[in-house]
Amino acid sequence: MMQLAARVEPLLNVDNLVVEYGLGNKTVHAVSGVSLAVARGETLGLVGESGCGKSTLGRAVLQLRRAKSGRVLFDGEDLTAMEGEALRKMRRRVQLIFQDPIASLNPRRRIGDIVAEPLIIAGVKDAAERKRRVHEVLSAVGLDPDLVVGRLPHEFSGGQCQRICIARSLVLSPEFIVCDEPVSALDVSIRAQILNLLEEMKARFGLTLLFIAHDLAVVKAVSDRVAVMYLGRLCEVGPSEQLFANPAHPYTGLLLQAIPVPDPDVRPAESVAAGEPPSPIAPPSGCRFRTRCPRADQRCSAEIPELREIGPGQFAACHHPLT
Amino acid sequence: MSAPLLTIEDVAVELPTPRGNLRAVDHVDLSLEAGRTLGIVGESGCGKTMLSRAVLQLLPKKAKLTGRVMFDGQDLVRLPSESLRRLRGRDLAVVFQDPMTSLNPVLTIGTQLMETIQEHLELDAPAARKRSIELLAAVGIPAPEQRLAQYPHQCSGGMRQRIAIAIALSCEPKLLIADEPTTALDVTIQAQILDLLAREQRRRHMAMIIITHDLGVVAGRADEVAVMYAGRVVERAPTQALFKRMHMPYSEALLAAIPKLETAPHTPLPAISGRPPDPTRPLKGCSFAPRCRYAASRCHEAKPDLKSAEMPDHLYACFYPIQMAEGIGA
Repeated sequence: MMQLAARVEPLLNVDNLVVEYGLGNKTVHAVSGVSLAVARGETLGLVGESGCGKSTLGRAVLQLRRAKSGRVLFDGEDLTAMEGEALRKMRRRVQLIFQDPIASLNPRRRIGDIVAEPLIIAGVKDAAERKRRVHEVLSAVGLDPDLVVGRLPHEFSGGQCQRICIARSLVLSPEFIVCDEPVSALDVSIRAQILNLLEEMKARFGLTLLFIAHDLAVVKAVSDRVAVMYLGRLCEVGPSEQLFANPAHPYTGLLLQAIPVPDPDVRPAESVAAGEPPSPIAPPSGCRFRTRCPRADQRCSAEIPELREIGPGQFAACHHPLT
Repeated sequence: MSAPLLTIEDVAVELPTPRGNLRAVDHVDLSLEAGRTLGIVGESGCGKTMLSRAVLQLLPKKAKLTGRVMFDGQDLVRLPSESLRRLRGRDLAVVFQDPMTSLNPVLTIGTQLMETIQEHLELDAPAARKRSIELLAAVGIPAPEQRLAQYPHQCSGGMRQRIAIAIALSCEPKLLIADEPTTALDVTIQAQILDLLAREQRRRHMAMIIITHDLGVVAGRADEVAVMYAGRVVERAPTQALFKRMHMPYSEALLAAIPKLETAPHTPLPAISGRPPDPTRPLKGCSFAPRCRYAASRCHEAKPDLKSAEMPDHLYACFYPIQMAEGIGA
């Protein structure tokens, strides 16, 4: 196992994880040997474009999608080896927030019941205790419990629904939350509210986060370290500031250049990003980014680049890194 | 300055809903000259898409439209439907957000392209086919001849948007409306599509309206930007002037709320509190007043007009504009 987080004892340790889907008689190579570690209290941002496997990785961490091989160590225990009751017990400590807050709330149930549900599943039998916990988390996310518990999801806006989802994810006092594109469906003015709220909740409840998003600026706003994923593999991992200031992998560089900057004095770079990502059904040999990479040569098609340390804590999987 | 190609005059759109009339567009005036790009920016529900539908005369049947849309000397609101149909697709083209829904899934790409070309231009089948291949090549599609025989599902999202652009450009439109053309696409593909639109616009001297929720998309690409909020244009200025000095507090707050790459991690974002007003319950005063940190009692009592002060082409609807030079303003 590589020491991707140079810390003692990470809370989450993903080791050489492989996840594949069957598609007819073909195989989708969604996650192909990803290793990463998240220290307790840290936010690791995971970025990449659609189809790169970032959501699959998030789900495989929570065992919502079983891996073909590799291990997911959470607080020292291997989740991939767990089943049934043991896994259910473990799940109280890990939670998930989805992209579409409206679709992830049952439209026929009242907010109070939706937020209390995890408590019932976890076996909290005392109704007064459940009510106390529900009120506590709803207040924490900035909603007035007395006003919202009796209402239905359709009475709330997208931003408010995401607050409710966050409250639900907090009700079991988890240690670790996978946030899968939690602000992508929200408007700019609401997005900032929710990002600030996630930061507050992290500090208040001592959470560790895996924050998955396609927007690099959003990821940087909340992450201590960032991992960049392309077509099922990690390209680069490093401390946020360092990675954004000195990207080592050409794909990270390309992503940074492609972002539209809200400043008219910054002229958009002319189509730096040639071509489109290949299919994960038949990924290219060697480095998977080589078909779009201006630096690619013979070696890139023959030899899979391993993640290696480029700077302090910064790792890149590239034969010809930018720095 | 030449006469504008498009002039939107006092356009208002109302939609009847069970909860009362929804004012989607609230008396908007805009104009655009040939060869220029206008960016319309706003959050969901601000009326930017309804406004573009009013220009295209593609509003829902129940919608009530007032005002004038002058395009190339004709008022589109009063144009008979047959003339409108001939205009749309030829002089007036549109690219929508989701290319999967704007393309017909059961027709080949060639059929869809040639259909548009033959509908509007007097070309026979071989000529239309030749033109289709040229168009696909122009929008950066490799092996265009083979693509003609394929169906939309056989193409990636970025390819589909290129095809939708090829169809929109097929009859040399004078105005292209791109409604969130890159929102459904990944960031590296988004940059390619925005470059493509800019390149074709320059080459054809088209007028273009880019509708987006992303200030970053218009910053580098539009000559002029109109910011919409709750159905109204609340600020409008040449792009450089707007980003240099935003006078309307909403524009400033919207720009500030975007996470920036140069900001250090864990810096709290200046969020806008609250949310937009209910469009079926119009406010008496400025629609942004309940969320505005500069709002005074006057802002809740009356609606500020869209007007200019320092610079004649920089308009804003605010009683207490920000970032003004000294001695000018309310």
